[in-house]
Amino acid sequence: MSSTANVAGTKNTAEIQDKSKRRFLVAATAGVGAVGAGFAAVPFVMSLRPSAKTQAAGAPVEIDISKMEMGQLLIVEWRGKPVWIVRRTENSLADLPSLNSKLSDPDSEVTSQQPDYAKNPARAIKPEYLVVIGICTHLGCSPTYIKKGAAAGNDIDDDWKGGFFCPCHGSKFDLAGRVYQGVPAPTNLVVPPYIYLSNTRILVGADSSKGVA
Amino acid sequence: MDKILTASLEWVDTRFPLTKMWNEHLAQYYAPKNFNMWYYFGSLALVLLVLQIFTGIFLAVNYKPDATMAFASVEHIMRDIDYGWLIRYMHSTGASFFFIVIYLHMFRALLYGSYKKPRELLWIIGMFIYACLMAESFLGYLLPWGQMSFWGAQVIISLFGAIPYVGEDLAVWIRGDYVIGDATLNRFFVYHVVLVPILLLALAAVHIIALHEVGSNNPDGIEIKKNKDPKTGIPLDGIPFHPYYTVKDIVGVTVFLILFCTVIFYAPEMGGYFLEHNNFFPADPMKTPEHIEPSWYFTPFYAILRAVPDKFLGVIAMGASIVVLFFLPWLDRSPVKSIRYKGWIFKMALGLFIVSFFGLAYLGMQPSTPIKTNFAQIFTIMYFAFFLLMPWYSKIDKTKPVPERVTD
Repeated sequence: MSSTANVAGTKNTAEIQDKSKRRFLVAATAGVGAVGAGFAAVPFVMSLRPSAKTQAAGAPVEIDISKMEMGQLLIVEWRGKPVWIVRRTENSLADLPSLNSKLSDPDSEVTSQQPDYAKNPARAIKPEYLVVIGICTHLGCSPTYIKKGAAAGNDIDDDWKGGFFCPCHGSKFDLAGRVYQGVPAPTNLVVPPYIYLSNTRILVGADSSKGVA
Repeated sequence: MDKILTASLEWVDTRFPLTKMWNEHLAQYYAPKNFNMWYYFGSLALVLLVLQIFTGIFLAVNYKPDATMAFASVEHIMRDIDYGWLIRYMHSTGASFFFIVIYLHMFRALLYGSYKKPRELLWIIGMFIYACLMAESFLGYLLPWGQMSFWGAQVIISLFGAIPYVGEDLAVWIRGDYVIGDATLNRFFVYHVVLVPILLLALAAVHIIALHEVGSNNPDGIEIKKNKDPKTGIPLDGIPFHPYYTVKDIVGVTVFLILFCTVIFYAPEMGGYFLEHNNFFPADPMKTPEHIEPSWYFTPFYAILRAVPDKFLGVIAMGASIVVLFFLPWLDRSPVKSIRYKGWIFKMALGLFIVSFFGLAYLGMQPSTPIKTNFAQIFTIMYFAFFLLMPWYSKIDKTKPVPERVTD
């Protein structure tokens, strides 16, 4: 140790040397302490994440669509979220391309919002049935289904072709879950993974490519 | 008897600075003699803090933080527990009154320049208290597990999802689930009854210590410490807090309790403003109510969020509307503190700010329409202009000379 040398040296230099050493020791102690605190924080921070049980939950949901009427909306719970199935009429499907100029992402370019098999003009496997998660991509409210010609539609758009209106912040979506321009929601509604088990039964939460999602 | 008391006090004083603290903070804390009505709200805020903690303890005794039982347990408190309705209404009404009192307390600081040097840190500590209070009320609002509880929390937590890259993971971490659920309710209960109250109590103590270090401001914005009695060293315009202001504050508390009890007994829901109608329906994750709005005390900031037609920028604007308040001590370049000696420009700016704040508060309660959104945008610009243009207009404003001593 150099402390013996300090005693032998002049008083002034001894003081200076001691201070720099002390500064180093303080910084080193603080540094080691901060790293230790960082490691100690890990288990506490991790304990607040979704539990293993929560992560394992969310089994696929099977839905019978045989009794759906034209224009009807069916709401089913999957992973605590509402999943909508809408049976669209030929007219509604024909209206979809006419809206393209009013929409933010008419061609479903944002890949995170739908599986590949729903990246098409109707955003669905079978155009007749729309399957989307009924949660607004703005701040998570569940929008309201407003049909074409409904009185409420006039307040939303001069030429409302049917779709979804979010009561929280006024975001608008068409009947394919595509978001309008000039509203706070940034992206289209999410299409969950799903497959047709038969002509009248849909399984939400699983698809043929990846199995159970 | 007196002898025993004096001896006991001496015994304590040699072991704990009881008399010293009493003198420092009450009997020999000299406050300006010209306090007016606006100076009631600090002590009232303290009364409300104690009241909320007290009633909260009694509510927690019977409340169940479980998604399947929470809503029913609140109804159980309201209907089956003796005086449960009273304790619950005291707590829910107390929350709204807390914000009324804090807003008036903050407005007082705005009027008399109480945030200006040397009270910048005092103001910042106060802003942290305000931030904690907002967190506390937001966390508490989830607990009744009604429709508004659920969807209000859904919207606010989704705000974090707007942060680029880490947002979605952060929102999941806050909820402890992919959606608002039992995990969220349980942890919000713990934050509401343990974590944030500890922070609030500590910050309130720090706020008072800082206040007593720099001394109270007053309606004239004059530093009373500049004019001390040469013999005693006591400010000439100061009077001991106790008994003068303790007695004055008791009058304030009495008037406050009359108003408070009137609301508790005759209008505990305040027509849906203190307890929203939709919150008397149990939480339903499948259906958002037709019209959702936050509690009235958040509506100005909520209106700012809605005024911006972009998710991320909307969240930034809302956050900035709170953050900008922290910088107030450095935005105000006026040579005088109090509005009494400020010129017409500041008075006009403050008037426009009040209009924008109430305008935003009103719009935040209304369903959004294109016209209302336009108004919200105008008010948002006015709100920010008040703060961001302050360094300029407070400097060119023509001020009046400030007297040496406080006026009556």
